[in-house]
Amino acid sequence: MHQEYTVIEGDFTNAGTASSSVKKTLKQLGVAPQIVKRVVVALYEAEVNAIAHAYGGKVLVDIEADKIHMVVADKGPGIPDIAQAMQEGYSTARPEVRDMGFGAGMGLPNMQKNVDVLNVTSEVGVGTTVEMIVNFV
Amino acid sequence: MTLREIVETLNATVYLGQARLDEEVTTAFASDLMSDVLTLKDTPMLITGLCNVQTIRTCDMATLDIVVFVRNKKPTADMVELAEDNDMVLIATSYSMFKTCGLLFDAGIQPLY
Repeated sequence: MHQEYTVIEGDFTNAGTASSSVKKTLKQLGVAPQIVKRVVVALYEAEVNAIAHAYGGKVLVDIEADKIHMVVADKGPGIPDIAQAMQEGYSTARPEVRDMGFGAGMGLPNMQKNVDVLNVTSEVGVGTTVEMIVNFV
Repeated sequence: MTLREIVETLNATVYLGQARLDEEVTTAFASDLMSDVLTLKDTPMLITGLCNVQTIRTCDMATLDIVVFVRNKKPTADMVELAEDNDMVLIATSYSMFKTCGLLFDAGIQPLY
């Protein structure tokens, strides 16, 4: 099953639309609640990042029998040093992102904790792609 | 402690979830930082001063369904509508975060950690 969502820059009101929809789908498919939570927490963090840091992007979700594959691809400033961005507490978030309860430098580390595979690729001035896989068993 | 007792203790207003007031609550977590809420493995009652749609979204993702808003923050109609879709309980008190936590701890609500 393939699903696509569009992420719009600065559109915090709709942050979580994709994650919420994926949550409903996985629940309908009978995926275990603790797996659903890991998937949607990671996807939500990625969605918030794309809205907070980039100029919009796409969320691509593929649900298979034994796993979910998620790609959040944004057009944006990119991440100059991915290893630094993966460190807990490191953040470049603007004040309005912090006002929404985010921007504490916990997003990427929390994605890592919740998924089985995390690949972050980025080109400065072009954008960032976050690929995540969560196995159902 | 039931939700009804929590509402009485905090002199709070119930914005959503009247039908669930006899449910028992045993644990709570207090934070204005939604990133912290997203790291929780358990599903306690959330006490927060952050009052916007992202508070509700975050609770949806983290599978928390009881929120106490402190410092006189009142949930908006958008927030109540979204929370209704997720069968949540929304309560608001004029008390500060510190006073709210102190009163509930004293009444037997346990911390997560």
